[in-house]
Amino acid sequence: MTNEKIIEVEQLMKIFGSFHAVDDISFDVKRGEIFGFLGANGAGKTTAMKMLTGLLSPTSGKATVAGFDVYKETEKIKKTIGYMSQKFSLYGDLTVKENIQLFGGIYGLKNKVIKAKMHELLGRLGMENSANALIDSLPLGWKQKLAFSVAMLHDPSIIFLDEPTGGVDPVTRRQFWEMIYETAHNGTTIFVTTHYMDEAEYCDRISMMVDGKIAALGSPDELKKGFNAQNMDEVFVGIAREGKVLK
Amino acid sequence: MHAITVKDLHKNYGEVEALKGINLTVEEGEIFGLIGPDGAGKTSLIRILTSLLFASSGESSVLGLDPAKDHKKLRSVIGYMPGRFSLYQDLTVEENLTLFASLFETTIEENYHLIKDIYGQIEPFKTRRAGALSGGMKQKLALSCAMIHKPEILFLDEPTTGVDPVSRKEFWEMLRKLNDEGLTIFVSTPYMDEANQCNRIALIQEGQIMGVDTPEHITNQFDRPLYAISGTNKFGMMQALKEFEHAHSVFSFGSVIHYSDNRGSIATKEIKDFLQKQGFEDCSIEETQPGIEDTFMALMTAHD
Repeated sequence: MTNEKIIEVEQLMKIFGSFHAVDDISFDVKRGEIFGFLGANGAGKTTAMKMLTGLLSPTSGKATVAGFDVYKETEKIKKTIGYMSQKFSLYGDLTVKENIQLFGGIYGLKNKVIKAKMHELLGRLGMENSANALIDSLPLGWKQKLAFSVAMLHDPSIIFLDEPTGGVDPVTRRQFWEMIYETAHNGTTIFVTTHYMDEAEYCDRISMMVDGKIAALGSPDELKKGFNAQNMDEVFVGIAREGKVLK
Repeated sequence: MHAITVKDLHKNYGEVEALKGINLTVEEGEIFGLIGPDGAGKTSLIRILTSLLFASSGESSVLGLDPAKDHKKLRSVIGYMPGRFSLYQDLTVEENLTLFASLFETTIEENYHLIKDIYGQIEPFKTRRAGALSGGMKQKLALSCAMIHKPEILFLDEPTTGVDPVSRKEFWEMLRKLNDEGLTIFVSTPYMDEANQCNRIALIQEGQIMGVDTPEHITNQFDRPLYAISGTNKFGMMQALKEFEHAHSVFSFGSVIHYSDNRGSIATKEIKDFLQKQGFEDCSIEETQPGIEDTFMALMTAHD
């Protein structure tokens, strides 16, 4: 992790009608950091992520992602980031190869580059023999790892992971996190949401959203100390239930 | 009589074997948890037991009824909450509940006492369309609809998937209350930490049951001492431990690493020395108790 700020958010707001979905949030994420973005359902995580990925224009406030403005430079943001979620990842009725070609094409990579990337990626995942297999026929764990690698095809400087491990078996879940660690170690910034509190411990820093605001922000150790808690589960319950705010 | 009996149950989808010979029994008044990841066969099993799917072979009985033959009788005595929200989005909260009550030839008034605690929380919004409810409220409505005909067993297919830890705790509190009043509950979940909310659990992986017992007894199947290791560079320590010649399992667990040794019980000093020699000066190690997730992973790797 470096001290260079790759995401800067200042007093960001998103208001739908009279509802303040994201209510004045400010934070920074550093290059190479694993940043956990936590909160209860409906706390505003998805809305905030949509603004940071250039899919939704904020109501007010400032934010830059990899130096690009979230109001004016959304297309540049989209080219600089990777995105993966459990709901949206790969096309099940296309083969592994076809998915890589499709996403490589969408990212605007040259055929030569796509070919080289495909070779490297399949080798690294040990999936050379599955290049022509339909995505739907693969075990879930493979799909997740492949989806992650495809989201990294264009060498993004930040990757957004929206509940990447939901429903995955405990062994595969851990293997997935080892990939995350390695990726962060190589300098890519990780912005991740999860409902598994043990995974919150794997992040460098965590923010917790409650009712559109950031109620707590810090390293897992700092948060546990601040809330006098044994683990992140207790921290989460403490914050979400009592709406306690740690400054 | 057992509330549920399942004997050598198989389900094939073409070439895919979703269930590979399931055996289990559920007692009346129990909260029984079916615990496993996506694709393990949880939904197939629940759908067979609720008469929504035929098994390929094997036997099952729910409250003495055969789901394949007595489905009409069965459906009037069981409640079912599917994994996906499947109420009518364009009907209001109250209309949905009225619909479910009338399908089972009862009324909201007649069984209101059963759902008072749960439905009471969303009743202030009863004229709102179901589609416009928040996730937590949808869940409460779905549970109310599954309960309105006074079922003897409630089947819930992953009611807490994708739900945040606080809402999950609240949902389990609701299930406990229903169970206190005598309801048998059969619930599936991918979250290992929810095992402790159940009286008994079955661990399921790739269509096979790896163990059925109380949560305490299941963890006894973890057959060797387990050690928790902590230190600053956790990822580095994990890589090093995986290369250690006596390592049996190395898994990251929140803020610590869980380590087991293929020699069984060991002197913790040996591991500490090994790590310090590799440059992990500030590491510490102590014996710890295995949980459900440790056991699940141990059984999973043993099955491979």
